[in-house]
Amino acid sequence: MQVPQISVFLENKVGRMADVTNVLAENRINIIALSVADTSEFGILRLIVNRPELAYQVLKDAGFTAMTSFVIAVEVEDKPGGLARILDVLTKARLNVEYMYAFVERATGRAALIFRFDKEQDAVKTLQAAGINILKKVDIFQE
Amino acid sequence: MIWNEKYECMPRKGLEALQLERLKAVVKKVYDKVPFYRKSFDAAGIKPESVRTLEDLRRLPFTSKNDLRDNYPLGLLTVPQSEVREIHGSSGTTGKPIIVAYTGKDLDIWGEVMARTLACAGCEPGDVIQNAYGYGLFTGGLGLHGGILRLGAMVIPMSGGNSKRQIMLIEDMGAKAICCTPSYFLSLVETAEEMKVRFPDTKLRIAVLGAEPWTENMRREIEKRSGVLAIDIYGLSEIIGPGVSSECRCQNGLHINEDHFLPEVINPGTGEVLGDGEAGEIVFTSLTKDATPVIRFRTRDICSITHDKCECGRTAARMSRVTGRTDDMLIIRGVNVFPSQVESVLMAIEGAEPHYQIIVRREGPLDDMEVQVEVNERLFSDKIRGLEALEAKIRDELYAVLGLRVGVKLVEPKTIERSMGKAKRVIDMRGQ
Repeated sequence: MQVPQISVFLENKVGRMADVTNVLAENRINIIALSVADTSEFGILRLIVNRPELAYQVLKDAGFTAMTSFVIAVEVEDKPGGLARILDVLTKARLNVEYMYAFVERATGRAALIFRFDKEQDAVKTLQAAGINILKKVDIFQE
Repeated sequence: MIWNEKYECMPRKGLEALQLERLKAVVKKVYDKVPFYRKSFDAAGIKPESVRTLEDLRRLPFTSKNDLRDNYPLGLLTVPQSEVREIHGSSGTTGKPIIVAYTGKDLDIWGEVMARTLACAGCEPGDVIQNAYGYGLFTGGLGLHGGILRLGAMVIPMSGGNSKRQIMLIEDMGAKAICCTPSYFLSLVETAEEMKVRFPDTKLRIAVLGAEPWTENMRREIEKRSGVLAIDIYGLSEIIGPGVSSECRCQNGLHINEDHFLPEVINPGTGEVLGDGEAGEIVFTSLTKDATPVIRFRTRDICSITHDKCECGRTAARMSRVTGRTDDMLIIRGVNVFPSQVESVLMAIEGAEPHYQIIVRREGPLDDMEVQVEVNERLFSDKIRGLEALEAKIRDELYAVLGLRVGVKLVEPKTIERSMGKAKRVIDMRGQ
């Protein structure tokens, strides 16, 4: 049900993002989705990749502070109101979204959202009860 | 094991009688042989004969690091230079180092007090001991080296640096103890973790750590991560080098080799002598040093002393761990700040390694202090909120301890330079 996500700590310095993507490129790791959250001093780069375990290891070996956390990927209808419907369901259940980002899955062309919740299990139950499709790993990571 | 029970466990009365006899002799010797001391005693109106009790020590003038620097290189010798067998130098931060000299008798005493230090930590004849203090003019390397030989143990003379090789030899030679600075040992613990070497699977049991101030929290972190007993040792080249005092396995204060080094704790501002338990600057007078004895040498190290007997049976006065140096002290917007205070805050916050640096700048008329902390995996969060909470927590705890609002900046690992010797914790840019 959950998808592994790699987060990397970055100082706001020229070239640091490129350093991360170079390490991934050298190890032939493909980035499926990413988001950057930042303050004026530092940022967190969050990545969904095709080989998460390898990505964690090579980033760590390259001296980055990295961690793996698990996020929820939800399919969203690619039409007006698609996202609004999902957020409505969450709002009614008073579930707080810690952060989210969107991407288009290449193989099928479907739109998907990555969610990080405080109350993850409650969120999964609520989404399922509303008939929203939670993507399994295989849906995202097929090559 | 107590190396020299006769002196280390001597009843106080006998010890004080011995100290007085030796004090009288050294005061007379420096007055007769060293123009600097004759001048400073005369200026204070003191003759060697006026020292009749140990309390009379207080009437003698202090000797400072600058006095030693002014008499560079060997202006304070009490013996002909032909009797000097070895010299060492303090790692002077500016300009020329301070040179200290040893006769054969001095080297013998140094070996003796270092053997006591190692035995105090739990080392025994026949052990394998790795010495990762730098060899050279710095007293750490050769001081420990001589002590290990005197103890009758085997020395691996590694000097500092080359961490992977250090770990390899700890494993392959079966070292029971390692001697180095606390910050270098911590960096060795990191290297061992990277190499997937667990110290509990090796023969390493004791780390003999000194030459820079560290905290009780840092000790706990070192012991938790390495599984090795961390023993604090203390010394300074102006007195003899390492061997001035050391902890026993009770880890409850450092036993001063009082038959050789007479301690006092003073108020660094007024020079007034403080009582047991009161923190101030520790001052030493050489009782037996032959080549370059010093009278009431101001160490600039902050600690307190106690004369209570230790559980281990040793009777000598014990110093608390050195919590800072009078010259380490930063004055930020009128508030005294010691790097050790910052370190204790960071260590208390769960998981925080003591990889930090203090940057001081002047913004207009005001001092601005920033603490840079490396974010390791245990501190990291994928949520901005998590990292901001960490920053706020460090900032609040620093405020609680320092009484001062300081900036906190989270930085990437290995941004802050790792030390092979003494850690550079403070970058003060106010003078620039």
